[in-house]
Amino acid sequence: MAHGGGGELTRQLVRDRIVPKLANPLLVPLTDGAVVDFAGRRVCMTTDAYVVQPLVFPGGDIGRLAVCGTVNDLAVMGAVPNALSLALVIEEGLPMSTLDLVIDSIAAAAGEANVVIATGDTKVVERRGEDGLTITTAGIGRMRDDVRLAVNRIAPGDVVLITGTIAEHGLAVMSARESLAFETSLRSDVAALNGLIAAMLDSGADVKFLRDPTRGGLAGVLADLVDDTALSLEVIESAIPIKPIALHAAEMLGLDPLTVANEGKCVVVVAAGDADRVLQACRRHPLGASAAAIGRFVRADPPLVELITRAGGRRIVQRPYGEELPRIC
Amino acid sequence: MDRQKIRNIVEQLQQATRDRPPIRLMEVCGTHTVSLFRSGIKSLLPAAVRLISGPGCPVCVTSQGYIDAACELSTRPGVSICTYGDMVRVPGRSESLADHRGAGAQVKVVYSARDALQFAREHADRQVVFLAVGFETTTPSTAATILAADRAGVENFFVLPAHKLVVPAMTALLSSGEVPIDGFLCPGHVSVVLGCGAYRPIAEKYHKPCVVAGFEPMQMLEGIARLVRQVAEGQALVENVYPIAVSEDGNPKAREIMDRVFEPGAATWRAMGTIPESGSILRAPYRRFDAAERLDVTIGPDYEPAGCQCGQVIQGKADPADCPLFAKACTPTRPVGPCMVSSEGSCAAHYKYARHT
Repeated sequence: MAHGGGGELTRQLVRDRIVPKLANPLLVPLTDGAVVDFAGRRVCMTTDAYVVQPLVFPGGDIGRLAVCGTVNDLAVMGAVPNALSLALVIEEGLPMSTLDLVIDSIAAAAGEANVVIATGDTKVVERRGEDGLTITTAGIGRMRDDVRLAVNRIAPGDVVLITGTIAEHGLAVMSARESLAFETSLRSDVAALNGLIAAMLDSGADVKFLRDPTRGGLAGVLADLVDDTALSLEVIESAIPIKPIALHAAEMLGLDPLTVANEGKCVVVVAAGDADRVLQACRRHPLGASAAAIGRFVRADPPLVELITRAGGRRIVQRPYGEELPRIC
Repeated sequence: MDRQKIRNIVEQLQQATRDRPPIRLMEVCGTHTVSLFRSGIKSLLPAAVRLISGPGCPVCVTSQGYIDAACELSTRPGVSICTYGDMVRVPGRSESLADHRGAGAQVKVVYSARDALQFAREHADRQVVFLAVGFETTTPSTAATILAADRAGVENFFVLPAHKLVVPAMTALLSSGEVPIDGFLCPGHVSVVLGCGAYRPIAEKYHKPCVVAGFEPMQMLEGIARLVRQVAEGQALVENVYPIAVSEDGNPKAREIMDRVFEPGAATWRAMGTIPESGSILRAPYRRFDAAERLDVTIGPDYEPAGCQCGQVIQGKADPADCPLFAKACTPTRPVGPCMVSSEGSCAAHYKYARHT
């Protein structure tokens, strides 16, 4: 199961078992989507399978997640999301009322993100587990010609921003799990980010990198950045936006909020001189009101993510290895 | 968080320990180990304040024989294992519970004993075994669940008991005299149940200061500062910097439930051997819930995986980085011993939060 946690084990599974047999220049960068040339026009395509338990959680449901997640994967590639496909695998016994709710939610989220559900497929299978619905969406979008997102353009001094408060999606889903149920006003942050990302890119700032920190959390994206740039990252814990309620819920469960999933946030890397411009563009957008600069790239060996903690101490940040589990005592 | 206050305490610690031999303080609880790293407090302490991790990670202290027995049990037809998540990845003699799950065994991660009982009631055709590990934080909930199963007449719910008591392990370490310890940072959660009175024998008989602290950075630092002050002044008192949760007498109701179901008895700890009166054994009226007895499970002797020093680490005899396997053959993705598996394990905390290249 840990191989599915979005951490180090997931990375190994994909790198060692899947990529070698399918390798081609489109797949190998292992980014959120692939950029394909279509008669001189650059088009981005992406796909994602959605499994979440419970299907409906505070702040969202699997339908909203399946639209927003794929829209976000396109948007962080620098594409303007255009159309999605929708494949439903419905297990016998799924209440029709749940299916109705999920489809309504898909329609609403597609409307918010300004994309259409262009094609789809539906299968019904025997009951396998507790909550029987899996959704796969694929998406396409036109690449913007005015952006140059590339991790190899990141240089020492560049600044890392996050567009809002962290850890809400993962904690909200956990709070709704039957076995863990705890009362909280936390809600998932699941949202389509294409509007917010367009606002940042339209600001004219030189944005070098965008990624939504989903499974593996902020820690996962920061660790990837260090691996891919061979630079170190110095991150200020007190600058990372987090609601007190999320901080306390994570503490109660023994989880590091940096490793908890988000579904409506974006990590941004910009040249230091452009950081303010991006922050201002973000903060004018409803989804980016609490955006903040949280760290910067430095040249230091070995390349590490180092966190200056609220207490003023230092520790490193790593990609979580797999599924992060609440503590025993 | 008051950074200035933290800086002041750190400065006081620096002054108090200047030109002194190192002061060795044991944090007994795995959650302290993790919180000290995660908050960066560990990086702020002067070199003369040496923190050593103790036998306080529930998964880490569980004997290898128990892990093997749980693995064997999971392969039996009709048996379902319910367990806290961290137990699933501890390597057994050949495989872990996670490996057995992959091969078809039913191993379900639960967050409490009560969830395991619920699972048993929903699956009357299965024999459901809860792996009852942990200290006085989890034992009362196992006890309450057994009482509930007893009242409801549930016939297919069992526990494989390995609950342990914190104070006897601390005294065993002190009596052995093998590990120099100048004082104890006592666990927050366990003390909510035990009360800080439980540590008085350690302060009085062994003349070691004990300070109970919670998990906020400021509290842990305050606890350390009080220990250093006591050591410097030659005192051995029990102090409590977590009064909001911990009282002198703890939670008598939780202890009463625990005592109704369990009695103290000998327990096997990883690498520490059998320590008298350090475990919780089911009392006669509740033995019908004991998987070892009812399902004829043999818990074999404890042993160490080849090269693994978890046993030394949990006794404070070795630092994780002293182990030749650390961060080389043993990592969180490919753990050899439990201290690298558990989220509260000392090796996992070192690996995740400290520089180790």
